[in-house]
Amino acid sequence: MELRMVVCVKQVPDPDGPPSSFQVNQETKRVTPQGIPPVISPFDENALEAALRIKEAVGGYITLLSLGRGFSKAVFLKAMATGADRLLLVEGNSLDPQALDSWSTARLLAAAIKRDGPYQLILTGRQAADTNAGQVGLGIAQLLGIPSISLAQKVEVVEGGLRVERVLPDGYEIVESPLPALVTVSHEVGELRYPPLPAIKAARSLPQDSLRLEDLGVNLLGNLLQLTRLAPPSRERTCVLMEGESPEEAAEKLALRLLEDKVL
Amino acid sequence: MGEERATLVLAEVTSSKNITGHTLELMGLGAKLAEQDQGRLRALVMGSGVGMAADELARHGAEKVYVADHPSLQSYHPELHLMVLKNLLAKEPFSILLAGHTSMAQDLLPRLAFQEGCGLVTDCVGVDMDVSSGQLLFHKPIFGGNAIASFAIKSLPRMVTVRARVGEPPEPSLSPGEIIYLEMGDPVETKMRITGRVAEERQVRLEEAPVVVSGGRGMGGPEGFQLLNQLAEVLGGAVGASRPPCDAGWVPSTSQVGITGKVVAPNLYIAVAISGASQHLSGMVESKKIVAINKDPEAYIFKVADYGLVGDWQEALPVFTSKLKECLQERG
Ligand SMILES: Cc1cc2nc3c(=O)[nH]c(=O)nc-3n(C[C@H](O)[C@H](O)[C@H](O)COP(=O)(O)OP(=O)(O)OC[C@H]3O[C@@H](n4cnc5c(N)ncnc54)[C@H](O)[C@@H]3O)c2cc1C
Ligand SMILES: Nc1ncnc2c1ncn2[C@@H]1O[C@H](COP(=O)(O)O)[C@@H](O)[C@H]1O
Repeated sequence: MELRMVVCVKQVPDPDGPPSSFQVNQETKRVTPQGIPPVISPFDENALEAALRIKEAVGGYITLLSLGRGFSKAVFLKAMATGADRLLLVEGNSLDPQALDSWSTARLLAAAIKRDGPYQLILTGRQAADTNAGQVGLGIAQLLGIPSISLAQKVEVVEGGLRVERVLPDGYEIVESPLPALVTVSHEVGELRYPPLPAIKAARSLPQDSLRLEDLGVNLLGNLLQLTRLAPPSRERTCVLMEGESPEEAAEKLALRLLEDKVL
Repeated sequence: MGEERATLVLAEVTSSKNITGHTLELMGLGAKLAEQDQGRLRALVMGSGVGMAADELARHGAEKVYVADHPSLQSYHPELHLMVLKNLLAKEPFSILLAGHTSMAQDLLPRLAFQEGCGLVTDCVGVDMDVSSGQLLFHKPIFGGNAIASFAIKSLPRMVTVRARVGEPPEPSLSPGEIIYLEMGDPVETKMRITGRVAEERQVRLEEAPVVVSGGRGMGGPEGFQLLNQLAEVLGGAVGASRPPCDAGWVPSTSQVGITGKVVAPNLYIAVAISGASQHLSGMVESKKIVAINKDPEAYIFKVADYGLVGDWQEALPVFTSKLKECLQERG
């Protein structure tokens, strides 16, 4: 039987944008991106790369699943063109990613996966670049009642199931699990391949489906976290710049200054 | 009111079976929160042969210490550890569950939260009480550290994973708390099996080093990191990196500092050829003092640094290292 995989990909403002491109509005408690394009959250790209490698190794069918609003066609076409087979969007005005907490998001995604399934393998990023939560993947698995492995640096489908290398602070461990299962992917897996230009054009004719919120039967008023305040980070300090005729001279001054100030 | 609710700290132990420094900080933080909450502070430790750790917890403010001691809990297993917590929560009501934002808790707490239908704030960098509403607010960086969000949690227990250095270790208590060994029952079949572990040896753990010397993409290759190693050696510190050197394999990926790497807060952090992306800052901005060496005067890293040197590391580092070595040797 063909291995059916779903990769959860979230559209976020490009996290590589400079700090000034993330405008923090304390009144509305929203972050508004300024002058940066939407992208697929980087770890979700890694998750897609993991899926593509599995497809190359053992075959399979990859559905990309995204939940939100204001989707950029170009962003998803490019992702599809890397070798995915189908796009499934859950789109709606009320699906503002900044208004949904991990609990609501995971419940909606789990409901979509259940409705659209069955799937043998679900892949997500280890954490989204906007929420930095790291909850939704494990949450989906818990809601669906399937095993899940977090922080994968390598994912293989082997006889009888899944073999995953899971990142640890000082190395990694090998975890084996039966399918169906969910894996959250870390960047050590490797970057998403770049699609050739013709593939991006061709991706337009790949199947695209959408689900409406009403189809999912999940109550949106279910947030468990309440955002009460949003503030810009206070991380700037006053920097003493070491002057010198040459970098060598400045370096010597820096060394002496650190000792003088009892930093060392 | 009526029903008594306690704050529970999820303790973790070191390889020598002591509680971790991070756990001690949570005990300090937990004591404060328990006080505001008019409840008690309790702790749970899971592992194999963790009696000594339980004693330590009992001597550091825990009114009750729950102990799950079993060979199968020697190292973290998602299903087994989850089961212990689930069973404990079924028996005892807690108002707050505090864990470190550690490798284990990052995996375990989301499972527990979704199992129980509870709200969870991960990677919390501060907690305070909102006076007007009387609610506890949990602060955490979002958008890669470009904003700090404060959340109230509407469900009980409020679950949170807290970064290192948010709390302060408590004074040892005069009367130690009670130690309760949890019933472990028969071994269960797990779906997942951990079939191997590959760990590397490190002399100084990055998170505990008093000085961290980190290099970025501008180091250009593994050779540059040898200079950083020498500097770290002179200062008794450890070598870290931004993400690009890890991705390129110049240094082990376990050296990564940042929102998805290690979070460090040493006395001194030296950032060499690192531009200062939010994701990197998120992992080191709490350092006591920050030194930046970068050839680009406009690099954002200078905005968050206490001391800066604008220049090429190839010229600056050798002199910097030898001067420090000389002076530190003189000082003895
Ligand atoms: C979701 C997500 C998570 C991430 N997590 C992390 C994380 O945990 N940790 C992390 O570090 N990054 C992380 N990143 C990556 C991060 O966004 C940046 O890309 C990265 O930190 C940049 O590393 P850098 O400063 O070394 O490189 P660059 O930004 O390329 O900067 C290199 C610097 O070196 C300087 N330089 C070059 N040559 C010299 C020289 N000879 N002498 C002196 N200076 C020189 C340059 O002026 C420049 O400022 C993450 C990104 C995303 C999207
Ligand atoms: N709106 C969404 N659409 C698709 N996938 C999502 C969405 N939100 C979260 N995910 C997935 O869940 C992962 C973890 O998200 P988080 O828990 O918010 O850090 C992300 O990396 C995605 O793979």
